[in-house]
Amino acid sequence: MKKLRTKFLGFDFENPIILASGILGMSASSMVSVIDNGAAGVTTKSTNIEGRDGHPNPKVITYESGMLNCYGLTNAGFENEKNEIKEFKKRKPQNPLILSIFGFSLKEFEDIAKRVDETQADLIEVNVSCPNVQSEHGKPFACVLGMSGKVIKIVKKHTKKPVIAKLSPNVADIVEIAKEVEEAGADAVCAINTLGPGMVINIDVKKPVLSARAGGISGPAIRPLAVKMINDIYKNIKIPIIGVGGVTYGRDAIEMLMAGASLVAIGSAVHYRDIGVFKKVCDEITEWMKKNKLGNINEIMGIVK
Amino acid sequence: MRLWALLNNFEFPYPEAFLRNFIFKMDQPEIYTIQKTIDEAKDFKTFVFSGSLQAKPGQFVMLWIPGVESKPFSVSYQDNRNFHITVMKVGKFTREMFKLKKGDKVGIQGPYGKGFHFSDMEKRIAIIGGGCGIAPVNFLLHEAKKRNKTVHFIAGCRSKDVFIKDREIKKLTPGAYFMTDDGSFGQKGFTTDALEDLLKLKKIDKIFACGPEKMLYKVAQIAQKNKIRCEISLERFMVCAIGICGQCCIDKSAKRVCKDGPVFKAGILLNSEEFGHYKRDIRGRKVSL
Repeated sequence: MKKLRTKFLGFDFENPIILASGILGMSASSMVSVIDNGAAGVTTKSTNIEGRDGHPNPKVITYESGMLNCYGLTNAGFENEKNEIKEFKKRKPQNPLILSIFGFSLKEFEDIAKRVDETQADLIEVNVSCPNVQSEHGKPFACVLGMSGKVIKIVKKHTKKPVIAKLSPNVADIVEIAKEVEEAGADAVCAINTLGPGMVINIDVKKPVLSARAGGISGPAIRPLAVKMINDIYKNIKIPIIGVGGVTYGRDAIEMLMAGASLVAIGSAVHYRDIGVFKKVCDEITEWMKKNKLGNINEIMGIVK
Repeated sequence: MRLWALLNNFEFPYPEAFLRNFIFKMDQPEIYTIQKTIDEAKDFKTFVFSGSLQAKPGQFVMLWIPGVESKPFSVSYQDNRNFHITVMKVGKFTREMFKLKKGDKVGIQGPYGKGFHFSDMEKRIAIIGGGCGIAPVNFLLHEAKKRNKTVHFIAGCRSKDVFIKDREIKKLTPGAYFMTDDGSFGQKGFTTDALEDLLKLKKIDKIFACGPEKMLYKVAQIAQKNKIRCEISLERFMVCAIGICGQCCIDKSAKRVCKDGPVFKAGILLNSEEFGHYKRDIRGRKVSL
């Protein structure tokens, strides 16, 4: 579909819909199937050098308006990730892959940043905003003023690949953080990570359901918040934005593009509309564009000032 | 939204369970009280719950011990009033499970996944259960009998002390094959040996199997060789149970065991490079079987 074709940081995307980090991003096969189901690109699950078990089950639950997860950065480690990326690229050479990385200290970020150029990933997403490891590791970097910039500077120093900063909504002013990472040299931002964390208590046994007691909130409930934050960021920085947060239907994606996102990432909606959601959303966008006689999706990007 | 408006127009209040399960798709554990526990064999216990789960044979639930953890378990029996979950003691979680008694509360979320299917055309079926895999096919056996199928049952275990459900199976299918690795119960040998013998003697329309993956692999191959339809229940490390996390995706088809499975057509599994060879651990690393 020509109508949906777009460019992001020099990479060609068949459409503006990509897979968000943390969902279906564990193995190459899984990410390939996301592409087969209509997404233009994928983001891996966040990885560090040595890997992590993450929290025990239950770590994903849903409620009336969304979903909570406390995965806790489960991943198989950098070496494994490298192989999965290689396999993905072998099967889908045309589709951009964003490698999401994390660390618990500047040193850990530096260690993994030094190695990301070994992979065939096209872009690097720096996850400074996971809300699910606070009890062990303190506040995410994205929630402490000055820290996100430091992390981005370190990562930029060690990689030639474009760097995307994943921002947290759990801050007083997300625009300030966005400006900070832009100044530090980030090539783009991805907004927003999950909200909270939030807690669900089972009233019959009087205990929190999630094993980590609380988990980041995603899904339709956070979409209006994401749209507002993206719009605020868009008006204040020059680098492009990947919009993410509760997008479930074509109209949600259009909304996010209008607010200023250049790409839209989908995660939780896989639960509501299954894995075919990527194609469904693209079809819905195309249909809306036809109705409104639009030639290319770029015409609506950031139209809402 | 329109549906929601429609529902609000009804004068009677909608039942909470309906809203939670169908309108809002709430995937959270519901609390059930253990009605009874049954010692099945060494390291095997069945937990009896009252309530209508409305599971199909082969489907699974996420069983939550509040404050501990949750794990997937298949349903081993179900009628209109009760359902059973049979647990094998293998690790930390199941050790906790074994401490639970009548009156204790656990959370149950589900049922999830695709179960076993048989059409009216498939009259003569073979059911194979290996080890703890006997539990889910026991439920299938009850269902098949209800639908008047001619069932040939093959159950296999390491030895007599870990054999489960043998009396129940014998009652429903007097001609059942019982196999043990050491010959301490039934015949000495593997379930797959019995299956090959059975196929020489009887015409079978469909094969169903659950058990150790090496056994399942062999069953799938035998079915393919004999051109018999076959459904296999596969086990993988599961997290979300709703098909979004990607933890249980199998290579290369990317079928999700929790949502597209756990019961698959044997052909689909034989075409995946993972089946019979490796699985993935909690972190997603490949572990050979």
